[in-house]
Amino acid sequence: MQFDTPATTNPIDQLTIVGQSIPRIDGELKTTGKAIYAYEWDEENIAYGHPVGSAIAKGRITSMDVSAARNADGVLAVVTTLDVGKREKGKQNTANLFGGDEVQHYHQAIAVVVAETFEQARAAAALVKVDYAEEKGVFDLSEAMKTAVKPKDAGGAPPDTAVGDFDAAFETAPVSLEETYTTPDQSHSMMEPHASLATWDGDELTLWTSSQMIDWWRTDLATTLGIDKEKIHLKSPYIGGGFGGKLFLRADAVLAAFAAKAVKRPVKVALPRPFLVNNTTHRPATIQRIRIGAERDGTITAIAHESWSGDQPDGQLETAVMQTRLLYAGKNRMTAMRLAELHLPEGNAMRAPGEAPGLMALEIAIDEMAEKLGLDPVEFRILNDTQVDPEKPERPFSHRDLVGCLKRGAEQFGWSTRGKPGTRREGDWLIGTGVAAALRNNLLVPSAARVRLDQDGVVTVETDMTDIGTGSYTIIAQTAAEMMGLPMDRVKVRLGDSRFPVSAGSGGQFGANCSTSGVYAACVKLREAVIQTLGFNASEVVFENGTVRSGTRSVPLAGVAGPDGLSAEDTIEWAELSDSHQQSTFGAHFVEVGVDIATGESRVRRMLAVCASGRILNPITARSQVIGAMTMGVGLALSEELAVDTRRGFFVNHDLASYEVPVHADIPHQEVIFMDETDPISSPMKAKGIGELGLCGVSAAIANAIHNATGVRLRHYPMTLDKLLGGLPALS
Amino acid sequence: MSYSSQVSFTINGESRVLDVDNRTTLLDALREHLHLTGTKKGCDHGQCGACTVIIDGRRVNSCLTLAVMHEGDAITTIEGLGKPGDLHPMQAAFVKHDGFQCGYCTPGQICSSVAVLEEIKANIPSHVTADLTAATTVTEVEIRERMSGNLCRCGAYSNIVEAIVEAAGTRA
Ligand code: FES
Ligand code: FES
Repeated sequence: MQFDTPATTNPIDQLTIVGQSIPRIDGELKTTGKAIYAYEWDEENIAYGHPVGSAIAKGRITSMDVSAARNADGVLAVVTTLDVGKREKGKQNTANLFGGDEVQHYHQAIAVVVAETFEQARAAAALVKVDYAEEKGVFDLSEAMKTAVKPKDAGGAPPDTAVGDFDAAFETAPVSLEETYTTPDQSHSMMEPHASLATWDGDELTLWTSSQMIDWWRTDLATTLGIDKEKIHLKSPYIGGGFGGKLFLRADAVLAAFAAKAVKRPVKVALPRPFLVNNTTHRPATIQRIRIGAERDGTITAIAHESWSGDQPDGQLETAVMQTRLLYAGKNRMTAMRLAELHLPEGNAMRAPGEAPGLMALEIAIDEMAEKLGLDPVEFRILNDTQVDPEKPERPFSHRDLVGCLKRGAEQFGWSTRGKPGTRREGDWLIGTGVAAALRNNLLVPSAARVRLDQDGVVTVETDMTDIGTGSYTIIAQTAAEMMGLPMDRVKVRLGDSRFPVSAGSGGQFGANCSTSGVYAACVKLREAVIQTLGFNASEVVFENGTVRSGTRSVPLAGVAGPDGLSAEDTIEWAELSDSHQQSTFGAHFVEVGVDIATGESRVRRMLAVCASGRILNPITARSQVIGAMTMGVGLALSEELAVDTRRGFFVNHDLASYEVPVHADIPHQEVIFMDETDPISSPMKAKGIGELGLCGVSAAIANAIHNATGVRLRHYPMTLDKLLGGLPALS
Repeated sequence: MSYSSQVSFTINGESRVLDVDNRTTLLDALREHLHLTGTKKGCDHGQCGACTVIIDGRRVNSCLTLAVMHEGDAITTIEGLGKPGDLHPMQAAFVKHDGFQCGYCTPGQICSSVAVLEEIKANIPSHVTADLTAATTVTEVEIRERMSGNLCRCGAYSNIVEAIVEAAGTRA
């Protein structure tokens, strides 16, 4: 199905099942421990693989001595990076995963030790001796930014944009701001470590793994192994979180495949937790310079956002200026991004890539500007709203209700009672509130599904879509149930298998809208097949309550299909609507913090997010996406930072004890409001993404609340107490 | 030289005898030897709580204890609390309040929360218990404090607390 004109009324609009708060259909499995994750599949005769990582950040391996490992108890094989030799790299990866003598980053996989048991493999892995020829690397972004270059592209967009005459407008603006903000390297730290179980049958490989994107993994694994993609069967029905860290093929899959081949048995490999941070990807640090000029009445006349980030050679930008191209009006504007070469582990997408760190900076700058102007920060944002793409005014937004989010949130939160910075105190606590706007684009990716009606009237949906905690199983079932007029218990959903049609996958907050649209398209075809089988007049057919009705004739859906069932398959494809209209999602975050006047410790006391994100397919799962993102935003604001060893070139705090993600005690009750809206330009579902919007802006709202509490303006994340202490008022 | 030992304990009411490598953690004994994979491995280092099980009424990070140390113990895992169609009230409350997303931390959260309510009932104080002479009560602050060893990167905390509060109510 080609989606080339805005959606009109369709069966989804009945909203008897779609849009309803239906608990997850996989909930009982997940709460009873019966959902099976990658490392848990049972096969006969499994052997255990344990990875060995490079101890240097850059250079070559000159020799490896694996004799002690090979002779250790229970060891079946040691497969080294030298044994498998240089491999062609998958197209989604920047750094090599395995193969060849070149070391590109610390903890790059250089061997896998296979043994009868996990304990034996782990012990033997410690016996591998490696000699390196170490080379000098570059690990410090603040130094490397001096030689950063303009890359060819920024994820499909230009690295630089300019409209009007920024310099002149900024120079003459009566009120202006120029500040630099930094965000550190950040880690996905999903709870399930990357894991794969590989088993070969002749030249065919079955791989259970933990992947957000089945087809990307399968394609890149085929390239890396040098085999035909058709020979790989990849399964990932349950995934213990990803946040972007499982978008691209990872070393566990490659190591398991080579190891299983070597020992001719099924082999499973999980990355040990201390391995994850440096072996896989992370969100790169940024240095961002923002300049804003405004009239005294608060009208922005000039806005500029520049960002520097680093990555491996041939790597990518952290596109931190993207939201500034769209969020606020302003006649004169420029953005620019520069990429430095670093030899830290590969930087890549983490939840809301670009916008998350970009808004961490921009939304503090906006708060600072409002303060300079003597304007309420909610009012200042509303004043500078735009209904068109400010860089291309001929392009309207498909639907944009940032103003509605801000107003509704301000009312709900009790914003009007906010005092001046440093004026509210309860005992030892300085109390403050902060606000930030959220923007994340609505991306559209083709997505296919197959639906089959069996003779009992049960519809089975198959698509290689993944559920990484997002609720895909449930919203896909809701979509099929609504389309076919069936109750939820007459729909089965099978996901995460490369034998199913290729879906959008889980990334860029496009999964829900795109994968359900693919299921919608397949269901449209299945409805046609049912209508044709029954010989009904298509224009007056209604699917409801398990029946198909046309005029006075009504037939139960059970029984329409013969013993072979009726099947239909289709792909939703996206036409030009995204060129003529800017499609984005919007939100507003409101936060209250308390800062301990003696220790500088910040605690989040209240959180509210208001989201304008098109139709909400399931308020329960959508809300969970938002509160989960808000929680991550608390971590990014207050505690999360990968500490770089700039001499040895690695992230030092590479485990869950030292990379501090939020815990229960850090998170208060969280409130989420969804604006009641649809976006017919987005898709037949009239929905948009939500999974990343919740992270956009929330950390800045916390930073702004800290400023309101203490009067101290922090511009460098995370906002730990050492950065606050010097600015706190004297203890009385 | 032999590095293995025999150990017997009961798991979810069933007695089991295992020959295990002395280095095998209780977590790996459950997952790899007994195929009770509901108990999760998030870090293997006592940092995340995904591996929480209940041993003789107390919650324990099963990755931080060796299987051979549990001779004669009674161990309850997530599989012992309830099953699909026959959920423990805490499991049902997690489903109702959507106290999870990816589900990977969930068995640990549920085992931990079941034991937390017992700890509060037994009047065991926590860091946030203000009055050590009064009976401890189930409050959101107490729950958040006591559950802080169970990380959830999906960030379901707000819903998890609601689920535990509800389960505490239905239990009483
Ligand atoms: S796996 Fe035991 S605490 Fe993380
Ligand atoms: S549900 Fe995913 S980590 Fe808690």
